[in-house]
Formats: sequence, structure tokens, C-alpha cells
Amino acid sequence: MSAKHSHTHRSPPQPDHPEPSSHYELLGVALNELLIEKGVYTAEEMREAIERIESIDSSHGARVVARAWTDPQYKAELLADGYAAVEKLGLNPGYTELTILENTSQVHNVVVCTLCSCYPRSMLGRPPVWYKSKAYRSRVVREPRAVLKEFGTEVPDGVEVRVHDSTAELRYLVLPRRPANTEGLSEEELAELVTRDSMIGTAFAREPSGGS
Amino acid sequence: MARFAAGRRVRISDRNEVRHHRVPAYVKGRTGVVERVCGAYDQPELIAYSNSGEPPQTLYRVRLKQKELWSDYDGAPADTLEIEIFEHWLEPA
Repeated sequence: MSAKHSHTHRSPPQPDHPEPSSHYELLGVALNELLIEKGVYTAEEMREAIERIESIDSSHGARVVARAWTDPQYKAELLADGYAAVEKLGLNPGYTELTILENTSQVHNVVVCTLCSCYPRSMLGRPPVWYKSKAYRSRVVREPRAVLKEFGTEVPDGVEVRVHDSTAELRYLVLPRRPANTEGLSEEELAELVTRDSMIGTAFAREPSGGS
Repeated sequence: MARFAAGRRVRISDRNEVRHHRVPAYVKGRTGVVERVCGAYDQPELIAYSNSGEPPQTLYRVRLKQKELWSDYDGAPADTLEIEIFEHWLEPA
């Protein structure tokens, strides 16, 4: 129309928040509303529970690994009874038994749940999207070395790759190998090297950055 | 109590059940070795239908060789896979 009106190519407004789309999503929403309405719990309690769950991240697992790297006695306890050893650090081990899988010069462990998305949430927080994807779940049991390579993790042929399909009652946390040249680091500094993926087994622990 | 001791060769039943169960198809009919006896757990196959899951059933970790699991496996011969299997899904091998 006029020179003033220069934004004729503005895109149409996008829908803000999609409504629950699937049957099960709707069922979940309805159930939550009913439980609140009937006074089983309050909306505030629900909010707090979500906040608590989302406040857990992989720093919990990293603390456990760093302690195991620095304290052989603790490591032995951790391998014997993961649940009790985690509690000993003042962390919440969760609701299920926790089995620690130690990576060595002979064995590299990697965890998957082919049936659903079992994951050591108490140690690592919520699982990453790829962990729940059909691609990861179906491929890592079939061609683990190819999948690890896509994560940038090349396991030498002389090292056994051991896949753990977490299908039932136990949860698994990988104890990665301690990187070389970390002798002088404190437990806190070591924990910085322990990434989430290194405790799933799709990566190695980080190498310390030089010069610090 | 546990029917199979660690180190024992076992076969995972090749049954196809319509009900909820925790044995993925790719290990059915395969043979492996008991890596450890995990203990006794309430049965998810019953809990899924609002049952208590009792009596508890012995759970095992079974270790399988990848080469035996997939005929065209192209990783290292030593590669393995471990999976949790309840006792009523295992047979002596």
C-alpha cells in the first residue's frame, strides 16, 4: 500500500503451545486433574515433585565416580553394593538397585534399555532424547561399535565391548576409566571430567585440558 | 533356591506371549551363560496387571556372545551382551 507498511512478508502467527495430542497424553492430563480435584495431592506438591526430579543431573554420578577414582576402598564398596555406596556419599540412590559396571583395559561397558528407557535417573537425571530413541535402542545391541564411533568413541578391537540391556529390575552406571595425567587433580577437579555420556558408556571420561 | 548357578549355560525360552513380559525378541531362543544371580524380585509380568507380583521370582543376568546373537556381527569376537532374565524364561542348555 504505502512505503510506511514495509513488513508485508511477516509470517503468520504460530500456534503457541500444542495441545496434548495423543490418547495417552490426554489420559495423563485428565488423571492429574482428577487426583488434584479429589485432594490426593495438590498442584503445588506436583510442581515440587517435578522441580525435584529436574534438579538431578549427572553431577551426582560424577561425584560417585570421582570418589571411586581417588579412594580404592570406596571403589571396592561401590562395585560390591552400588546402592549402599551412593547413600554413603549422602546422595539418594533412587528406588532400584544400582549396579556399577567398571570399564577396564579389557572391557568397555555401554548401557541401553531396548524395551523402554530404564536409566539411572537418581545418578544422571533425566535421560537424553537419543537414549530413548528407537535408533539408539535397536542399533546399540546390534552394532555397538558403529554406534560408539558415531559418538566419537573408538574402542580398540582388543577391548571387549559389553552391552548391557537394562530390561527389568536393575539400573546400571558405568564407572569410566580415569584419564591419564590426572594424578595431581583434586576429587572436585576429577568430577569435572566425568560426563553424563561417559557414565552411559557412549563416551570416555574427558581428558584434562592442558596448561591449568 | 536359584535353579541356575553362575557360570551355568542356559537357553532363553523361545516363547511368544501376548501378555506383558520383559524378554525382547532378539534374545529369545538364544543361549548364554549365567553371569550372576541378581536375587528375587516381584514379577513385572504380574504387576503389569495390577497384581502384587508375588511370589518373588529369581532374576539372572545372562551373558551372550554377540557372534552367537547376530550371525553377521562384525565387531570383535570377544564382544558380549548382558541382559536380565527371570527364571521362568530360562531352560538348561
